[in-house]
Amino acid sequence: MNSFEYHRPGSVTDAAAAISGADDGKFLAGGQTLLAVMKLGLAAPSDLVDLGGIADLKGIQVKGGAVTIGAMTTHAEVNSSADVQGAIPALASLASVIGDRQVRNSGTLGGSLANNDPAADYPAAILALGATITTDKRQIAADDFIVGLFETALEEGEMITSVSFPQPSKAAYKKFKQPASRFALVGVFVAQTPDGVRVAVTGASSHAHRAEVLEEALGNDFSPSALDSVTIPADGLNSDIHASAEYRANLVKVMAIRAVEACG
Amino acid sequence: MPTISMTVNGNAVSADVDVRTLLVHFIRDNIGLTGTHVGCDTSQCGACVVHVGGKSVKSCTMLAVQAEGADVATIEGLASGDEMHPMQAAFKEHHGLQCGFCTPGMVMSAIDLVNNNPGADEATIREQLDGNICRCTGYHNIVKAIQDGASRMGG
Repeated sequence: MNSFEYHRPGSVTDAAAAISGADDGKFLAGGQTLLAVMKLGLAAPSDLVDLGGIADLKGIQVKGGAVTIGAMTTHAEVNSSADVQGAIPALASLASVIGDRQVRNSGTLGGSLANNDPAADYPAAILALGATITTDKRQIAADDFIVGLFETALEEGEMITSVSFPQPSKAAYKKFKQPASRFALVGVFVAQTPDGVRVAVTGASSHAHRAEVLEEALGNDFSPSALDSVTIPADGLNSDIHASAEYRANLVKVMAIRAVEACG
Repeated sequence: MPTISMTVNGNAVSADVDVRTLLVHFIRDNIGLTGTHVGCDTSQCGACVVHVGGKSVKSCTMLAVQAEGADVATIEGLASGDEMHPMQAAFKEHHGLQCGFCTPGMVMSAIDLVNNNPGADEATIREQLDGNICRCTGYHNIVKAIQDGASRMGG
């Protein structure tokens, strides 16, 4: 690991000042990806701005039909929150299948979204639930936030402070885990929202995306059998030693059916 | 080099460290507690599991500076004098270890697992233990030990 200047600000304002004064600074959230890639030499920031000491970035609130979660809230905290379990049980359940228990005790919502791994779980949740990402500068709709492979709408030095998830009438997330990494080989999040049925897929391609063909079928008939005649094209899907594009395409449909079944 | 201070097994400790120092190396090299192991160094295997603020974490994927001011517990802090922690006693009783390399991490994870889910059944224990790998594949006795350790901790 290359050396870096370490900063531990106590407020969002101080964190923003620290990152803007850095040559090539990075925010350190839970560190479950960033520290690993720094060890491998794949990232070598000049400065690390540790967000772990900022109390304002933690916590969960349910208000006005939405669950708002601080960026530095860990996966374990989202999973065990009675508020999240009550308002959006699918989100609490998603948090329980990220990594392993120790990763969930360290990894954070904001860190996961800022990293935007193509097989991460939270990107599917923000897309399917139509979440709003709040940063230290602005609010970003989920559909605008996810841009590409490890790429988001965040600008240099922009920090996620919280994410607001509107409460769906029904939702479920089903994930086929890559058994060694526990990332999603394919994960599908299905939600019935005031704006209609939203379906998001992660793990299948370069980044999490909405699945319009599934949304259309389920919008007409929200039942598992509505997906019987749907075919997911393999074009553009990931193909690697773990699964071919055709296998992933089939998994998208299977996970979507299971998610609709889980909606009850 | 920053000076960092934390509590390890109830003792206040302090050292000057390179900012790159991982928590596991701080514990092993600066504090001299070598019960916490480095296995894979990629947060897969769980040999380095310690508790920070009462929660199990992989100390190979945390900087020592992130634990500034924290309350850290390692395998060495579990026993009271000659009396083993109930989970350690259960691992001994059920032969929940073979070569022993994964054992400190297994025990630290097991205690966190039971603290969060005291009534965990066998299937839940197996599922919740997925962050700890035993290269001897001694899982049956590890799971038995955790089931017994859970009842000993409850009783």
